[in-house]
Amino acid sequence: MSILVNKNTRVVVQGITGKEGSFHATQCKAYGTQVVAGVTPGKAGQEVEGIPVFNTVRDAVKKTECDTSLIFVPPPFCADAILEAADAGIKLVICITEGIPVNDMVKVKRALRGKDVRLIGPNCPGVITVDEAKIGIMPGFIHKKGVVGVVSRSGTLTYEAVHQLSTMGLGETTCVGIGGDPVNGTGFVDVLALFEKDPETQAIVMIGEIGGDAEEKAAEFIKKNVKKPVVSFIAGITAPPGRRMGHAGAIISGGKGTAAEKMKSLEAAGVRVVKNPAEIGNAVKVALGR
Amino acid sequence: MNVHEFQAKQMFGQFGVPVPRGREITSPEAGAAWAAELNTPVFVVKAQIHAGGRGKAGGVKITKDKAAVPGLVKELIGKTLVTHQTGPKGREVRRLLIEEGAAIAKELYVSLLVDRDSGWPVFIASTEGGMEIEEVAAHRPEKIIREAIDPAVGFQSYNGRNVAFALGLPAMEPAVVNPFIQMLGNLYRLFMEKNAAMVEINPLVITSDKKLIALDGKVSFDDNALFRHTDVQQMRDLHEEDPLEIEAGENNLNYIKLDGNIGCMVNGAGLAMATMDVIKLAGSEPANFLDVGGGATKETVAAGFRILLKDPNVKGIFINIFGGIVRCDRIAHGVIEAAKEVKINVPLVVRLQGTNADEGRKLLSESGLKLEVANDLWEAAQKIVKLTGKAA
Repeated sequence: MSILVNKNTRVVVQGITGKEGSFHATQCKAYGTQVVAGVTPGKAGQEVEGIPVFNTVRDAVKKTECDTSLIFVPPPFCADAILEAADAGIKLVICITEGIPVNDMVKVKRALRGKDVRLIGPNCPGVITVDEAKIGIMPGFIHKKGVVGVVSRSGTLTYEAVHQLSTMGLGETTCVGIGGDPVNGTGFVDVLALFEKDPETQAIVMIGEIGGDAEEKAAEFIKKNVKKPVVSFIAGITAPPGRRMGHAGAIISGGKGTAAEKMKSLEAAGVRVVKNPAEIGNAVKVALGR
Repeated sequence: MNVHEFQAKQMFGQFGVPVPRGREITSPEAGAAWAAELNTPVFVVKAQIHAGGRGKAGGVKITKDKAAVPGLVKELIGKTLVTHQTGPKGREVRRLLIEEGAAIAKELYVSLLVDRDSGWPVFIASTEGGMEIEEVAAHRPEKIIREAIDPAVGFQSYNGRNVAFALGLPAMEPAVVNPFIQMLGNLYRLFMEKNAAMVEINPLVITSDKKLIALDGKVSFDDNALFRHTDVQQMRDLHEEDPLEIEAGENNLNYIKLDGNIGCMVNGAGLAMATMDVIKLAGSEPANFLDVGGGATKETVAAGFRILLKDPNVKGIFINIFGGIVRCDRIAHGVIEAAKEVKINVPLVVRLQGTNADEGRKLLSESGLKLEVANDLWEAAQKIVKLTGKAA
């Protein structure tokens, strides 16, 4: 078991003929992911590393029965690409693209409401279920099959945590990047609920950062619903207020969204909060009594 | 991206949000000419900087004497204002807004931004205009009114009525109720059409002759949507930004200057923040946030070095790279070549982990460069802090 994706997941890559799209489609396929289709309007009939390209997601679904989309479409056209995937019947949309206008995401999020589709991202590294499917831009080789579920708003900081878990022999089940944008699809709470239900996942690592109140909401949820041990690191204790720290969503505004506040809420919910990101692996080890 | 008050008010004007008659002024002569044209009982001269708290810092002058206007212009232009938002160094005033004064009967507060949790735009309104909204929210939360707008259908009149009645506007001044509802609709249109990140009017005043006027105005725009709006791009005032941050932007680097003395260069925003945090845990303070992005190359590393070394506070540099798709041996080559180009006269610690980390570390060790190599994040942070000394 795992969450969200596995070896049966059939992936279409939107924006597959672009530089990023073709590189990562190839990498995902090499990891063992079933990348069955690509989409670039006007390029039907081409192939990328043996993956057939279609003009529309609708065509790709019809011909290949793909159920999950991985999006590399540039920001100005990305909202359109997400909606196209949802309309074509894709059940899981994973959007890597960074830099989508917030108001575009406002409209997308509203349009997806009530539909049978889950959006991960945008501005995220994607989702990997170790040894089954890598649907994103993370380096596959740092992952080792194991017992820890990872959910994070960050990219390379997630790799840092995964590296620690892998080298300590704990390993991961599924790692989910929910992205660094202020308006995104799936949040911490949804992923925590999935990990809590997943029999293979024995502990959860949650990596947050300054801005918004997703971590506070997660803390409330954990207190009531999560029995498995949760270890958390929140980036940005040294971040100044009012400045966007790289991610569009990483900003302390009006005194809200500080790392200290988030750590406090999580600790009150029984989460093991580490102040030093180099200690994430150790904290999980202790939490699992190993 | 932030803009000046006079620019925000110009945009309000375009969208039918009532503002005082006013103009941007940069010289006493222009001030005199505009005062003559404005010909109003009360003149308000306001310093234009991208920071709040201007009034308390002496950046807003009021006079009934037309002849006094040029003198006030002379006094304010070139003056450095220190407010709670500028930091101790303050900000030099280069332009002013001169506008007609208003006879204030009542001050309100209105703003519009996207609620991150629901993903819907939300109006925030209060009868406590003229105060810091954070203060109101903290001490009198019952005075804060929120109205979410369904982005599928946009602003509807009932949204406006909900806010107006909740504020008690009909009892306060019935003549402004309909203009108020219309104004909220116009603000929503501005917000969506121009991809604003935040629109704020504080105070929104009801005048003694029963008119609504946006006496102050603040608009910030979504950087990710600037490609759609050349008019907004032209409002950018580089004087309001840190020169090193501008240079970083030109090199596609994400840099924010801070007050510590350990410069850091990291790939990825989350890891860059975590690196700053680790420097503090190890006993020092970070000099900056610098994310060189996923595809760090020799060029980006060199540009990063140049920017870090221009900050005179930097006493040491910490490079922290987690190689994913980017290979650490490539990064090592980049560091070596960049170090040859840019003279590095401070201690340097490089931590490489991930793809081809061993090869990268070997290259650095054998390069003859004066630097320390580390495997582990915590070890690296302790090394750089030891080399530069703890924060005072």
